[in-house]
Amino acid sequence: MALRWLWMLVPGRGGWNPCSKSPGQALEEERHVRANDRDYNERFNYADNRIKTAKYNVFTFLPINLFEQFQRFANAYFLVLLILQLIPEISSLSWFTTIVPLVLVLAITAVKDATDDYFRHKSDQQVNTRQSQVLIKGKLQNEKWMNVRVGDIIKLENNQFVAADLLLLSSSEPYGLCYIETAELDGETNLKVRQALTVTSDLGDDVEKLADFNGEVICEPPNNKLDKFTGTLYWKDNKYPLDNEKMLLRGCVLRNTEWCFGLVIFAGLQTKLMQNCGRTKFKRTSIDKLMNTLVLWIFGFLICMGIILAIGNTIWEQKVGSSFWEYLQWKELSINAVFSGFLTFWSYIIILNTVVPISLYVSVEVLRLGHSYFINWDRRMYYSPKDTPAEARTTTLNEELGQVEFIFSDKTGTLTQNIMVFNKCSINGKTYGDVYDEFGHKVDITEKTPCVDFSFNPLMDRKFRFHDSSLVEAIKLEEPLVQEFFRLLALCHTIMPEERNEGELVYQAQSPDEGALVTAARNFGFVFRSRTPETITLYEMGQAVTYQLLAILDFNNVRKRMSVIVRNPKGQLKLYSKGADTVLFDRLDPSNEELMSTTSEHLNEFAGEGLRTLALAYKDLDEDVFDEWMKKLLFASTALENREEKLGALYEEIEQGMLLLGATAIEDKLQEGVPETIACLTLANIKIWVLTGDKLETAMNIGYSCNMLRDDMNKVFIISGHTTLEVQQELRTAKEIITGPSKDKFSSGLDMDKTELYSSDSVFEETIIAEYALIINGHSLAHALEADLEQILVDVACLCKTVICCRVTPLQKALVVELIKRHKRAVTLAIGDGANDVSMINTAHIGVGISGQEGMQAVLASDYSFAQFRYLQRLLLVHGRWSYHRMCNFLCYFFYKNFAFTLVHFWYGFLCGFSAQTVYDQWFITLFNIVYTSLPVLAMGLFDQDVNEQYSLHYPNLYRPGQLNQLFNKRKFFTCTLQGVCTSFILFFIPYGAFMSAVRDDGAHISDQQAFAVTISTSLVIVVSVQIGLDTNYWTAVNHFFIWGSLAVYFAILFAMHSDGIFTIFPNQFPFIGTARNTLNQKIVWLVILLTTVVCIMPMVAVRFIKADLYPTQTDKVRLLQQATRRQGPQEQNFRRVRRTSSRRSAYAFSHQQGYGELITSGKNMKVPTSSTSTYPLSSPTRGPAGTSSVNNSWVNDTSRDQTETYNTGFRRESDQNQEVTVEDLEAR
Amino acid sequence: MMASSYSAKEEDGHHSGPAGLGAATRTRKPDNTAFKQQRLPAWQPILTAGTVLPAFFIIGLIFIPIGIGLYVTSNNINEFEIDYTGTDMSSPCFNCSQNFSWNSTTPCKCVLSFYLDQPFESNVFMYYGLSNFYQNHRRYVKSRDDSQLNGDERSLKEPSKECEPYRTNENKPIAPCGAIANSMFNDTLDLFYINPSGSKTQIPLNKKGIAWSTDKRVKFRNPGGSNPNLTAVFKDTAKPVNWHKPVYELDSEADNNGFINEDFIVWMRTAALPTFRKLYRIIQKNNNMTPTLPRGNYSLEVTYNYPVRSFEGRKRVILSTISWMGGKNPFLGIAYMTVGSICFFLGVVLLFIHHKYGNRNNSSDIAS
Repeated sequence: MALRWLWMLVPGRGGWNPCSKSPGQALEEERHVRANDRDYNERFNYADNRIKTAKYNVFTFLPINLFEQFQRFANAYFLVLLILQLIPEISSLSWFTTIVPLVLVLAITAVKDATDDYFRHKSDQQVNTRQSQVLIKGKLQNEKWMNVRVGDIIKLENNQFVAADLLLLSSSEPYGLCYIETAELDGETNLKVRQALTVTSDLGDDVEKLADFNGEVICEPPNNKLDKFTGTLYWKDNKYPLDNEKMLLRGCVLRNTEWCFGLVIFAGLQTKLMQNCGRTKFKRTSIDKLMNTLVLWIFGFLICMGIILAIGNTIWEQKVGSSFWEYLQWKELSINAVFSGFLTFWSYIIILNTVVPISLYVSVEVLRLGHSYFINWDRRMYYSPKDTPAEARTTTLNEELGQVEFIFSDKTGTLTQNIMVFNKCSINGKTYGDVYDEFGHKVDITEKTPCVDFSFNPLMDRKFRFHDSSLVEAIKLEEPLVQEFFRLLALCHTIMPEERNEGELVYQAQSPDEGALVTAARNFGFVFRSRTPETITLYEMGQAVTYQLLAILDFNNVRKRMSVIVRNPKGQLKLYSKGADTVLFDRLDPSNEELMSTTSEHLNEFAGEGLRTLALAYKDLDEDVFDEWMKKLLFASTALENREEKLGALYEEIEQGMLLLGATAIEDKLQEGVPETIACLTLANIKIWVLTGDKLETAMNIGYSCNMLRDDMNKVFIISGHTTLEVQQELRTAKEIITGPSKDKFSSGLDMDKTELYSSDSVFEETIIAEYALIINGHSLAHALEADLEQILVDVACLCKTVICCRVTPLQKALVVELIKRHKRAVTLAIGDGANDVSMINTAHIGVGISGQEGMQAVLASDYSFAQFRYLQRLLLVHGRWSYHRMCNFLCYFFYKNFAFTLVHFWYGFLCGFSAQTVYDQWFITLFNIVYTSLPVLAMGLFDQDVNEQYSLHYPNLYRPGQLNQLFNKRKFFTCTLQGVCTSFILFFIPYGAFMSAVRDDGAHISDQQAFAVTISTSLVIVVSVQIGLDTNYWTAVNHFFIWGSLAVYFAILFAMHSDGIFTIFPNQFPFIGTARNTLNQKIVWLVILLTTVVCIMPMVAVRFIKADLYPTQTDKVRLLQQATRRQGPQEQNFRRVRRTSSRRSAYAFSHQQGYGELITSGKNMKVPTSSTSTYPLSSPTRGPAGTSSVNNSWVNDTSRDQTETYNTGFRRESDQNQEVTVEDLEAR
Repeated sequence: MMASSYSAKEEDGHHSGPAGLGAATRTRKPDNTAFKQQRLPAWQPILTAGTVLPAFFIIGLIFIPIGIGLYVTSNNINEFEIDYTGTDMSSPCFNCSQNFSWNSTTPCKCVLSFYLDQPFESNVFMYYGLSNFYQNHRRYVKSRDDSQLNGDERSLKEPSKECEPYRTNENKPIAPCGAIANSMFNDTLDLFYINPSGSKTQIPLNKKGIAWSTDKRVKFRNPGGSNPNLTAVFKDTAKPVNWHKPVYELDSEADNNGFINEDFIVWMRTAALPTFRKLYRIIQKNNNMTPTLPRGNYSLEVTYNYPVRSFEGRKRVILSTISWMGGKNPFLGIAYMTVGSICFFLGVVLLFIHHKYGNRNNSSDIAS
C-alpha cells in the first residue's frame, strides 16, 4: 500500500515499468561490494547507475509501437478488415478506404507516443547527467550520475539528492549523524537521522583515508523493501553489522548536513526507489466502459446485418442470380448460392464496418486532451501566490468530472491551509484580538483592517498580522501579567531557532500551533532567539535575557500539556505550563476561581469561532521543593521499570497549584472560499465527506467552520465505539432516529430487502428533510468497515448530510472510498495534499491533489492538481460539466452520423441483389469520417457550452444530469442510433423514389449509379452538417469555420475528384469523372437534396422543441434565462454568502508530538552553540533530568522506532502526527 | 489510451516555491486569451417557439407550391410507354423472345403498332427500359476497365483483371472487356408514323447527343489517338463474346464509332436500380408548326437481339417530352406536397401545444 505511488518518482510517468526487466543477470543471492575496487565489483555485473524509463529508441520505435498499437482491439479489427479487402472475391471496397483512416489513426497515436517518449528520454538524460562527486583514484572527481558504479565512494553535499543507495560512511556532523528528508520516498517531510558506523565515521572527510578504505560489504540482493536492509561490513578483519539506519536511499535529500560520504551499494535500476516503481492502475471513465459495451453491441448488430444480407444474397442468387447468370459469369463460384452468401457476409462486413467508427477512439482522446488543456489554461484556477496553475495530469478522465457524486476530502492542507494564526488571546480576564469601531461595535476583520504596527521591534516577523492595538499598548505599559504571558509563550515550547543572518530568525516548529504562539510572542517583544540544551535566550523588549532551562516536562497525549522549569536571571525558579483548558484548570490554585470562570467564558467564545485554544499557567517554585523534586526526577529517569509512569507522576506532582495567566486562540486558517465551495457543491448534490487524521475535536471544529456542521442540524451522531457491538449499536440507533421508529419493524426482519431498497433507490434518501451529520472515529471505523457492518454504515452515512471521519489511517481512507465505490456505484473524487491521501487518491475514480504544498506525493498520484480547494468548484461545475456535456453530445452525434452514413448500404442491398455494392464513391467512404465530418463535431466537442460558466456556477443543480448519467446512456444510444437508421432510410428512399424515372433536363438519363451516389452523399453531408448545427449550442468562429469549411471542402474535393484532370492521370481510381458537374447542375437533384434534408431534420427539430417546451430541463430553463439576460446586457452576479454560525463548543488542539523535550535537553539536534549571548557555560552544574549522556542515543533509537512504525502504516504527515490512536489517549478524554 | 500525462523532473522535487527568485523567471500564469479562457464570442441559438414555429410554417408554405408546381409540370409531360418483351402469346415479339439465344446469328424482327392519343409537341426522347436487370450488381459493376475505355494502349492489350471472365477470348484481349460491355443492349428500334392514308413514314432518330458530354469527350476515347483507322487500331483484339460485330463497326460515322459510340457510352453508365431506362434516340422537333409526333398510329420495328426472358426481364420503349425538371416524375411533386402539408400541420399542432401546455415563462422557477 505504502509503496504504490513510489514509482512516480521515476521520471516519466508513462505506466511503463522499467523494473520489470532486470538487466541480464539471474537471481542474485548475495551482494558483494568492495569499496574502491571497480575491477572486483565489475565481476558481478551489477547494474550501473543509469536509469532508462523510455520505451523506444530511434530504431525500435516503429516495430514496437506498431506492435503495441495493433494489440488494441479496434486497430486489430481494422487490420483484419484490411486483409479481408485484399481478397478479390470479398473485396467490396478498395483497400484505401480502410488503410487511409487506419494509417491516420496509427500516425496520430504514434506521434503522441513518440513525443511522450522523447520527453522520457530527456528526463532520463537529465537525471543521468546530474553531477556527483566520486572518489576515483584517490581524488574527488565530478562524474555524471550514470557513470557512478557500485562500490564507488561518493560525496554528497547539503540539499543534494542521493544518487544511489549508499552506505553512510562519514558525515560532517558529530557522531557520524546525518539528516535526510525522505519526502520523495515516503512523503514524510520531517527529517530523519542516519548514523554511520563509528569506525567509518572516523574516516571523516580525509580523502586519502577514504580512498584507502577497502571494506567489503556483503548484503542482501536488491529488493523493494524501503525499511529493511541487512548486511555486514568486513573491514580490517572485523565484522560490523549493517542495517537500514546506515543507508541513504536514492531519492532522499541530504539536509542540515554539510557533507557526507557514502559507499554505493545499489545503483540505477537496482536501487530501492526504482525497485518500488510499479504500474499504476489505469483509470477509465464510466463512459469509456459504456462505449466499449456499445461498440460490442454494434459489432453484434453489424454481424446481424451481415447475416441478414448474406441470407438475402443466398436467396437472391438462387431465385434471380442463377437466371441472371449470363450477365454475371463468375465461373463456378456463383453456382453455389450458399457459398456466395458466405462471401457476401464478409463483403458486407467490410462495407458496413463504418458503423464501428475507427475515428471514435482517436476523436475521444483528442477531445479529452483538449479539455485537459482548457483546465491547464484556466486562469481562474491559477493561484498566483504560489504561481501554480491547475494541471490535468491525466487526460482521460475529464467527462467523469461532470458525474461526481461523492467527494472525499482531506482536512489539513486541503480544507485548511495548515497555517496557524495567533488570532486572539485572553490575558488575566481580558480578551484581545477583536477590533471595535468608535461606537464599540465589533468590526469584521478583513484584508483592509489596519494591522498593528510592530516597528518598535527590530526582530519582528513581517508576516505576522494582528489587528488589536490594545495588546501592544498593554505591553508597552509593561503590565506584568501580559509580559508574563508572552514570556511563557517564548519559553515553553520545543522549537529550534535558526538565525541565518543577524535578526533573520526562522523557527523550526514541530507543530504549527507552537510556531504561531512563539511567533506571536516574538512580535510582541519577547523574542525567542537561541537555545542550548541548558539555556534559552530571549530578547525581552530589546534586552537579551538568558534563562536557565532546568527541565522540560514534555507533552504527551495523556498529559495534554507541557511545562518548562526555568531559572530567570534574578535566580527565581518558575514553572510555565500550557495545555488543554480542561486539564490545566484542574491544576490551578483555588484562588484563581474567578479568573478561571472568566477565561473559561472567553475560551468558549474562541471555540465558537472555530479557534483552537490553549490555556496558560505559571507557578513560582521554591528552591528547596524544586531540589527535592529534581532528585526524585533524576532517580525516576534512571528507573528501569515503569519509568514513564513514575515520571508522569512526578510531573503531575509539581504541576499543581498553578496560577492562570490566560488563554490563546489560534485560527486553523481555512483555505480561501472553502465554506462557499462546500455549500455550492452540496447544492450540486455532491456529498462531501471529510476524512482526516486529526482528532475528533479538531475535525468537528473545522466541520463547523466549513459550515458542514451547523447548530440547526437535527442531530450529530458521533460513533466512537471500541468494539464491533458498540459500533453496531450506535449505527443502529442512528439509523432508527433518522428513518423514524415506523421503519423499525422492517429493520429486524427484512434487513436485506430494506438495504436493497435503500441502495437501489436514492429517492428515499432525499425524502428525509431533516439534516443529520455523522462523525465517526478511526477505531470505530475499523469495526464499521467489517463486512457485516459496512452496509449499515453506508446506509447511515448516506442518510446524513455530512460525514466526517477522524483519526483515520491512510488505508482506512482508501477503504472508505472503496466502500462507496462498491455500494453506491457512484463516481467518487478524492482530494488531498499529502502522502497520507495518496491511497485514497489512487482508489477514487478521480484523484485531485493540492499542489504548491511541501510534499508532491499527492500531486504525483493525482489526476488533477491545483493549489486551492475552492478551485474544485470550478473544476467540477464548469469544466467537468462541460466536458461531460460535450462528450455526451459528441458520442450521440458520432453514432448517429455513422449509422446514417453506413446503413444506406444496407437498404441498397435489397435493390442490388445483396451483392455488397456500395452506394457511395469509394473516395467518399474513405474521406467521410476523417475529412468531411470530423472537424465540426470536434469543434462542438471542444468548444460547446450549453450554459456559460457563470450560470454553471450559479445553478449548481445543473450538475445533476451528469450524476444521473442522463446525457449518454444506453437509452440515449438507442435513440441516436435509431435516428441514424431513420436518416439513412430517408437518405436512401427519397432519392430512390425520385430516381425511379428521372431524366435530366436535356433528356439524358440520370438514374445511373454515379449520379445516385453523388446525390445521396451530398444529401448526407448536408444533413449531418445541419444536424451538427442543431447540436451545437455555442457557435464560435471555429465552429462556423469548420461547419461551413467542411461543406466547402466536400464540394471542392467532389469536383476535384470528378474533374477531367485527375481522371486522365488515374483513370482507374477516379471513374466518377464528370458526375458532379452533370448531376449537380440539375434542379431536380437539388430538389431531392432539399427534400431529403428537410425530411431528415424537421422531425428532430419538432421533437426537441416539444421536449424543451413541455418538459424543460433545468438546462433549458437556464439557457433561456441566459439568453434573456444577455439581451438585457450583462448583470452583476451576486455570489451566495455563507453564514457562519457561532456556537459554544470546547475546542482543544495541541498538535504536538512527544519526545522533543528530551531531544532538546540532550542537545543532540543542535550544532555547536554559536550563540554568544549564552551567559551560562555549557558544563552547567544543573542539567536537565533527561540531559544525561546515558540517554543520548535514545532519541535516535526512538526515531528509528517511529520510522519503522511509519513504514508499516505507510504514511504520516507532520500535521497529522497525532493520528496514531492510543487507547490511553481516548480514555483520558 | 493517451493516458497519464508526462511530468519531468519528478525526482528533482524542485517544484516548490513561488518562482519569483530569478529575475527572468516566467510566471506560469495562463495567457488571458479568449480561446484559452473559453470566452470566444459565440452565437448561441436556442430552439424557441419564436424560431421553430415560423420555420415549420415557412417550410410548409414553400414546399406546397413547389410540390404543386412539380406535379403540374410532371403531368404536362407527354409520355408513352410500350412493352415489347414478348412474353405474352399475343405479343408480336413472342416468337422472337422464345427462339432467341445469344449465339444465333440471324436477327429476329417484330413490329408493334400503337396509337398516340396526344401530340408530342416539343423534342421527343426515346428511351429503352429494362426491368429486373441488375446493372448495379457488384460483380457486374466492377467488370470493366476504364483505362482501356479511355484509349490506353497497354490496357487494350492487357485488360484489367476485373474484366474476368470477359477479359480474353481465343488468347486475344477483348475490347471492350468486361461483363457490362459484353451485355450491351443491341436491339434496334425504328419508329414509323402511319399516315392516315396507310403509308409509313420513318421518323428520323438522332443518335447523337444522347450521352453525357463529359463521357463522350473525356472518359471514353478510342485508342491510337486520332488514328481514323479503327480497324487497324483494334486489330489484335477480340470482340466481346456476345457481340455480333466488333467495336469498330458499331457505327459508320467515325466520331461515333469504337469506344466513343454513344449507344455504347450510354450502356456503360450503369444504372443505379434494377429497373431503369436509358436514352436511345432523340426525335428533334423540325419546325414550330407541326408537333414532333402528331396524334395517330405508329409502328415500332424491333430487331430483337437482346434476350431477357431467362431472368424474367422486361423491355420497354418510352417516348417522352421533357420539361425544366426533366422527364415525368410524379414522385417529387407528391412528396413535396406531402412534406409541405405535414410541416404546416406540425406547425399548427406545435403552436397549439405550445399555447395550451407550453411553459413560456419557465425561467422563473429554476431552483438554484
